[in-house]
Amino acid sequence: MRSKSFEGFMKGVFLASATMAIIAIILICVFIFSSGVPFIAEYGLFDFLFGNKWKPSNKPPSYGILPMILGSIYVTIGAVVIGVPIGILTAAFMAKFCNKKLYRFLKPAVNLMSGIPSIVYGFFALTMIVPIIRERVGGTGMSILTASILLGIMILPTIIGLSEASIRAVPESYYEGSIALGASHERTVMSVLLPAARSGILSSVILGIGRAIGETMAVILVAGNQARIPTDITKGVRTMTTNIVIEMAYAGEEHRSALIATAVVLFVFILIINGLFLIVKRRSAN
Amino acid sequence: MSRIIRFLVRFSALLTFGVLFFIVGYILFRGVAHLNPSIFEFEYTSDNVSMFPSILTTLMLVALTLLVATPIGVFAGFYLMEYAKKGNKLVEIVRIAEETLSGIPSIVFGLFGMLFFVIRLGFSYSLLAGTFTAAIMVLPLIMRSTEEALLSVDDSLREASFALGAGKLRTIFRVVLPVAMPGILSGVILAIGRVVGETAALMFTLGTATQLPDGLLSSGRTLALHMYMLSTEGLHVNESYATGVVLLVIILLINGLSTFLSNKLTKGR
Repeated sequence: MRSKSFEGFMKGVFLASATMAIIAIILICVFIFSSGVPFIAEYGLFDFLFGNKWKPSNKPPSYGILPMILGSIYVTIGAVVIGVPIGILTAAFMAKFCNKKLYRFLKPAVNLMSGIPSIVYGFFALTMIVPIIRERVGGTGMSILTASILLGIMILPTIIGLSEASIRAVPESYYEGSIALGASHERTVMSVLLPAARSGILSSVILGIGRAIGETMAVILVAGNQARIPTDITKGVRTMTTNIVIEMAYAGEEHRSALIATAVVLFVFILIINGLFLIVKRRSAN
Repeated sequence: MSRIIRFLVRFSALLTFGVLFFIVGYILFRGVAHLNPSIFEFEYTSDNVSMFPSILTTLMLVALTLLVATPIGVFAGFYLMEYAKKGNKLVEIVRIAEETLSGIPSIVFGLFGMLFFVIRLGFSYSLLAGTFTAAIMVLPLIMRSTEEALLSVDDSLREASFALGAGKLRTIFRVVLPVAMPGILSGVILAIGRVVGETAALMFTLGTATQLPDGLLSSGRTLALHMYMLSTEGLHVNESYATGVVLLVIILLINGLSTFLSNKLTKGR
């Protein structure tokens, strides 16, 4: 009898553990939104989102985060332009162009790539990419371009991992059918396998976008962090994430609410991206 | 046409892995020369910018985070895979919560940790606040790897155990868990890597104090935070490289171990 009630007790413990993820999400939403939304309501949603002046120390202060929203979007687009084609082609290489021996070496390499701390990537970019951009392209080197290259590298493992899995998941008969019709191996991969794996590849890109838009510490080191709308890709830029970290340390009360409100906007972006990811993934599962 | 495609595919792969090895090689090459004894001195001063307190703080944070997150993550995996019936609505919601959690950027975790643990619960910048924030962050990772490991355990093992009269709990801990162990461990090890490399989530929860924390409610800084502080201050570039070397070596070891264990799982099947 005792063991039976112990079984029931442990089942309860397991159930409680499973609900922890839900509780965590709810707490995060409640605390972020309840600390940021009142500020947005008071300052005015339109002025907050589309104001192009971020001057917290002015009197009266102005808290327009349009430069940061655009900054996040610019570097994310840059990261996608650089990272997505290279990532998908590398995934194709790993799934269909390399032998087993090489693969046993490359797969852990991709895992290593996703395990390298973002601060290490950022420091590498600061000491390596920034000087190159400064000398070859111009400007201070801390720019949209530099941040895009850095983020393009950082999203590679995300894109490669998922894309490779979805290319491998395409039924062998597709491959054989295409080869039987006389198409070459390369042609088959490009025009049969990649299209067949498109929803998996698309979800990898969405996940990569989420990574890029949420990255903080690496971007701080190389983006220049000027809170104004940039005019070209060699100009410095500030993203939503970096805005929070840079100013949080010395922010007064109202200023801090404005920074948390920035996080609310970032969070909404992320929730939309996550939602898209779940939808695409569900669809590919069916 | 084929030739162009082959070229592009190979070129991309070369670029990807070339960049990876270049980054690792560059940091190691530039940093190893600066691994002086002075940056491993017990006390941090603004002269020696010792990383020794940060190394110890990192170890403490990792240990505490695993202590909190591993049982919860593994038990949650047990519930999802061994107890919940098919089509259970709760499972669906837990899965969505899990996926959403794993997509949240670390800076949002950091802000949440600051608002909830540091301010609301009054932990101030401390080991405890950092631990709970990091634990929430790695929870989905441990859950996922537990689920996958349990999925890979053959059902006939469970049936054999039940047939011999073992209860559900006994079956899980004595039969299923040992087989799934390498998979779960590889997830836990990845979680260690995540905590070791984390900065944004810890900056406003653990804080960035340079000394060794003298209790759960005391602040400190992890290696990654230490490297970030050094890089932004810009005065100790060589020490940043050296810290980068230590970080990379830890990550290399962690990844190697994780790969080894997950290979073991697939072989054991």
